[in-house]
Order: sequence, then C-alpha cells, then structure tokens
Amino acid sequence: MRHIISILLENESGALSRVVGLFSQRGYNIETLNVAPTDDPTLSRLTLTTRGDDRVVEQITKQLNKLIEVVKLVDLSEGDHIERDLMLIKVKATGGMRAEVKRCVDIFRGQIVDLTNSIYTIQLVGTSQKLDAFLAAVSDAQILEVARSGVSGISRGEKILSL
Amino acid sequence: MDYLSGAEMVVRLLQDEGVEYIYGYPGGAALHIYDALFRQDRVKHVLVRHEQAATHMADGYARASGKPGVVLVTSGPGATNTITGIATAFTDSIPMVVLSAQVATQLIGEDAFQETDMMGISRPVVKHNFSIRRPEDIPVVLKKAFYIASTGRPGPVVVDIPKDMTAPDQKYPYTHPKEVRLRSYTPVVRGHAGQIRKAADLLLQAEKPVIYSGGGVILGGASSLLTELVRLLGYPCTNTLMGLGAYPGTDPQFLGMLGMHGSYEANMAMHHADLILAVGARFDDRVTNNTAKFCPDAKIIHIDVDPASISKTVRADVPIVGPVDSVLRELLALLRDSDGPAQPAALKSWWAQIDEWRKRHGGRYRTDDSKLMKPQEVIEALYRVSRGDAYVTSDVGQHQMFAAQYYKFDRPNRWINSGGLGTMGFGFPAAMGIKLNYPDELVVCVTGEGSIQMNIQELSTCLQYSIPVKILNLNNQSLGMVRQWQDMNYQSRHSHSYLESLPDFVKLAEAYGHVGVRVESRDELVPALEKALALEDRLVFLDVHVDPEEHVYPMQVAQQSMCDMWLSKTERT
Ligand SMILES: Cc1ncc(C[n+]2csc(CCOP(=O)(O)OP(=O)(O)O)c2C)c(N)n1
Ligand SMILES: [Mg+2]
Repeated sequence: MRHIISILLENESGALSRVVGLFSQRGYNIETLNVAPTDDPTLSRLTLTTRGDDRVVEQITKQLNKLIEVVKLVDLSEGDHIERDLMLIKVKATGGMRAEVKRCVDIFRGQIVDLTNSIYTIQLVGTSQKLDAFLAAVSDAQILEVARSGVSGISRGEKILSL
Repeated sequence: MDYLSGAEMVVRLLQDEGVEYIYGYPGGAALHIYDALFRQDRVKHVLVRHEQAATHMADGYARASGKPGVVLVTSGPGATNTITGIATAFTDSIPMVVLSAQVATQLIGEDAFQETDMMGISRPVVKHNFSIRRPEDIPVVLKKAFYIASTGRPGPVVVDIPKDMTAPDQKYPYTHPKEVRLRSYTPVVRGHAGQIRKAADLLLQAEKPVIYSGGGVILGGASSLLTELVRLLGYPCTNTLMGLGAYPGTDPQFLGMLGMHGSYEANMAMHHADLILAVGARFDDRVTNNTAKFCPDAKIIHIDVDPASISKTVRADVPIVGPVDSVLRELLALLRDSDGPAQPAALKSWWAQIDEWRKRHGGRYRTDDSKLMKPQEVIEALYRVSRGDAYVTSDVGQHQMFAAQYYKFDRPNRWINSGGLGTMGFGFPAAMGIKLNYPDELVVCVTGEGSIQMNIQELSTCLQYSIPVKILNLNNQSLGMVRQWQDMNYQSRHSHSYLESLPDFVKLAEAYGHVGVRVESRDELVPALEKALALEDRLVFLDVHVDPEEHVYPMQVAQQSMCDMWLSKTERT
C-alpha cells in the first residue's frame, strides 16, 4: 500500500541525508520526496511517499523516529488528509494539438503559464493520481519536459503536526 | 570563567565528563588537540598502532564498564580506519564517542589533503554524528555526544572537528554543561503499565515458558533483576551470544546459549515453548533461524528500549517498549503480588522434558578420535584454571563459539565479543581496553590464528603501556569457521580457508618483548595456563595447537526451525 509520511525535521545540514540514507540502507523505496522550510526557521517539513505492507511501513516509521533530527512524524495515509503534487509540463502544441491540449488543460483545471508558437507550459496541481491521469490524457501530444514537486500533504480537520 | 581554545575545550570537557583514558592516533588535523592533551595529565591517551584498534579498545572498556569509550583520530585515513570499530559498536549498541579531526572549514569540499567526508562515511553506522561549526559549540556538542551515546539504546557517536575549530590562539569562555536536552530525542523511561500487566498474566498462565534474554539486559544493567525474575518464576532461561552472563551460567535453570550454535536444550525448549519472554534481545537471524518456522506455538512478550527492535523480524504479541530495568522491576512487583505460576503440573512436565533434552546433548565432544587437543577442552581448562572469573574477550570464528559454549559466565559484562558484526580483530584490543581500566582483573583474549593477525600490531602498544593481557590462541591453522562451512556445504573444498606461512607466534610475542608459549600436547596445557596466569604483569601469548578438523556443534540447519540441528558430523535431529 502507498503511504504518505510527513516529517518535521531539524533544519540542519545533513538531516536530509539521514532520512534518504535510511531508505537506501534498509532497502525501502521512496517514490516522491518533498522538502521545504516551515514558518519555524529551525524546522523543515519533509513529505515522502513510499510503498510497503504494514510491517514494512511500521519499521520505516520506527526507524525514522529513531533519527535524532526527526522531531515529529505522521503517516498521513492513516487518516483523512489532503495531498497535493504540483506539475509543470511542457507540451508540443502545434496544429490540431494546440486546441486539443488546451481542452485537456481546462478539463483538468490546469493553467497554461507560458507559451510559444509551438509549446505550452502548463501548471497542474492535484493528487498524484490526477497528474498521472493528465499525462495519460495528453499522451497523444508530444510531452517535452515534466517537473513535479513530489507529494506534499496535511491532515484534514483538527489534527495538527507541530511541536 | 575559563577562557579556552577549542582544543583545550575538547580536553577539558573530557576531564569534566570523568574520562580517564582515550585511545587514538595523531595526525595533522588533530594536532591542536594533541597539543592540548600534552599540556595536562588528567586524561590519559593511549597511542595504538592502528586506529581500528583504538575503537575496539574503547569498545571493550565500554562493554565491561557500561560507560562510553572515547577515541581520538585525525582526518582522512585516521577517520576511515575507525569505521569497522564504529560499526562493531553500532551493531552491538555500545556507547562510544569518536572524535575525528577534519581539515579546516575553508578547505572542506576542495578535496584537500586528508579530507574525507567522515559525516557521510560514518552515517549508516552511528547512532548520531555531529560536525562542529563554531568553536564555542564544542562543550555542548560533546556533551550531547556523550548523552546520546549512553542513553536509550546506546551506540557510537562521531564528532567531526575541523582543524580551525581548535585553533590555539582563539579563546572562548568555557563552562561544563551540566545537562543537555534535545527536543527530538527523549528516550522512554517506563514501559506501558497495561502491557506489563498483560505480560504478568501471560507469564503466570504459561505451561511451557522460556525466558530468552539478550545483550540489552547487560547494557541496561538489569542482570540481577532478570535473575530474580527467572528464579521467582522457576522458569528456564536462555541467553543470546550477547547476553551471556546476564543469568548465571552455572545455574540449574540456565539452558545455555540459544541460536545457530546454541545448546540442544535451549533450541528445543524455544521451539516447543508456549510462551517466550524476550528481554533486551532482537530476534536476530543467528537466533531465530527461519522466522517462518520460528517457535510455532509460542506467544511472545518482547521488552526492549528500542521500539524498532520489536516486531521487526518476529511479531510480538505483547510489545513493551521501555528500559529493561524499570520494566522488569514493575513486572517483578506484579509477580510477587500474585499467587505464583498457575500451572504447576504442566511446568513440572515441561522441566522433565527439558531434562530429557539435556541428557541427549550436554555439550559433549570426543577426545578419543585424535591425538590433537580439542579446542573445547582448552576452553574448559581455561575455565577451571581461571576459576570462571576472568574477563574473556574473543574474536570471530570457531574459537568464539567454543568460548561462548564452554566458559560459564556467572556475571554480566565479562564475556566481551563482537556478536552483531562479527569483527575479526576485535578481541585483542578489546581485552587491552579492559585490562587498562581494570588492572587487577584477569583478562583473557580467546582468539584464532586468523583473527589475531588482524590486529596483532597492538602487541607493541601493550609493551609501551604495560598491558598484561593473556592471549589464548586456538591455533587450528585454518580459518576454522569458514572451513567448517566448506566441509558442510561445499564438499570440503577448502577455498582460501587454510592459512599457510603462519608466523612463529612465540617468537613474534618475544620480538615485541612479551612471553610466548607453545602448547602442543594435552599434558602441557594446564601448566602453561597456570604459568600464564602466574605471570601477572606480563603479556603471555599461548599458542595452543588444536585439532583443525573439529567442528562447532550443535549447528542449526539453515532455513529450518530453531530445533533442526546438526549435533555432530553425522548426527542430525
Ligand atoms: C574482518 C572479518 N573478515 C572475515 C570474516 C569472516 N570469517 C568469520 S570466521 C572466519 C575465520 C576465523 O578464523 P580464526 O580466527 O582462525 O578462527 P577459527 O574459526 O579458526 O577458530 C572468517 C574469515 C569476519 N568475521 N571478519
Ligand atoms: Mg583458526
């Protein structure tokens, strides 16, 4: 099963390499990884998605919690949550495809954020699934470049990940 | 308030932490610190001959004392030479602080002379590591290193110190931090009361219980509590390789070691148990054999300070995360208040069954099939001559297993070996670290001619600092354990397990200024051991020639259950 693990990490150099190192060292896989500062300058928030059965994921979270620089950790997929992945994508948009791609962008509620005579640069935000679906939808057009942020997430309702 | 340079702060903090010995080797990036060491006499430095040995010395001391051992090395090759020793300590959860010097901050990243990314290289084998960024952080960071190394599940901590952090001409106010706190590191202090009650209830209802304890009980200082619990319940107890000595080895309730080379009765009892209480043990693959076939009828209670050790390889029915001493204390209180085990009749037949198993294979070996001495009898002789009261360190191989099987440890912290990583070359420096700190104790390194040669250069250190350990070399002229596997799994194709051109160990010991004795026949053995022990202030190297054909038994059959064992070359369960 796919899990979204979100971590508050000490904002120190080397902290990220401990998290990433743990995954390769113990043979776990990371599907997506997203790290950025938070409102607290001493903390970064790291969100990763991984796959594994319950036992593997239990080990992953326990091992992550043992890292000295991991301050707090939550497996978002254990409860209701919001997940977002951001994709920037360049698609060849010439001839008939120019209208076709535009239609897809509208259906998926994306935005064309830049364009040339032959290329659309599109921004799309959503779950990873939605982004995958968009990629499939425009697969008749020539996809030139894809940049995704990796999943970021937060729990719904009252639940809060903070110190 | 004292104003000190970074180098002086390093040394002063070690003083203030009560560190008596550090083990190390100097070099460019470490020289400011070495100069600060020179200008004081409270922290004594032992100059090893290879940095790996420094880590094992610190490790041996830590295992015997429970306190963190301290190592100081230079950058680059000095630092990389410590990695095996750090990994050895990490795998066995041994508290250690390794100070590795680093090239100056402005050179980092430029592939400077003797620059190596020690933070990156050590990361997978440390509990944590720090790099010093500002000299004024030195006291707090080092204090954190000691704190992290020795609390919770202990382990090694590396502190990387760029040379400019220790510059002699820049002084900073120094105070000894009395305590440090880390918001992201708070080791548990108690187990869950409800879980402990559940464990007590299960224990009292058990019909075929076994108490299985590991190195965590020794590290957690809980050996006497464990012993009390086992005796109160009257249940059988087995120890892992790392846990030997936590429960008295000569006690009738002791089944011996369990696992790959565990005793027949310990492995049989585990397999047939209906309840296993695991304390400070981690269900290592060398214990469980095939986890899919592991102890099919047993409910498992697992006490460990590290939550990640619980249900990692074998699922626990009652997990209890907490320090073993406090959990055992609470468990004992509940058991004392109870009416005692509820199934006395079942327990009686369980013991009868165990006594049957004990008869089948009581650690016997044959001495009549060869004129050569058997390694087992050498260990038994050592046990008798030392009255079971030595600190015994060991390397890795057959000799290690024979020492574990035939030396009966009645006390914790006396059996010192690299159980998790299996590091050849560990035993001798570990013995040195112990002897230096416990000069009145007998410290014997049981080794093999393969292993001893991995750190034999330390004979020189022993001369310099007068460290009179005893080395008992079970010389079978082969990498015996490798050879045994080749005998059993590769039709005796002894690929590179035969050691040709062995040195004359007696002359070698003498060349380093020590006493060497060769023992080739049975009647020489006890007198040689007695002589070695009588020469209290000399290092004695006993080169004992033993049967190279001997195998370690029992030996679990790979990929099978706990109770599938070879009992001799021809006999299988
Ligand atoms: C550093 C290291 N390299 C290789 C091994 C693999 N290994 C395990 S036991 C062994 C043989 C040890 O030979 P010796 O020290 O003579 O002990 P014996 O088994 O003969 O008693 C070897 C090579 C190891 N454990 N450690
Ligand atoms: Mg050998």
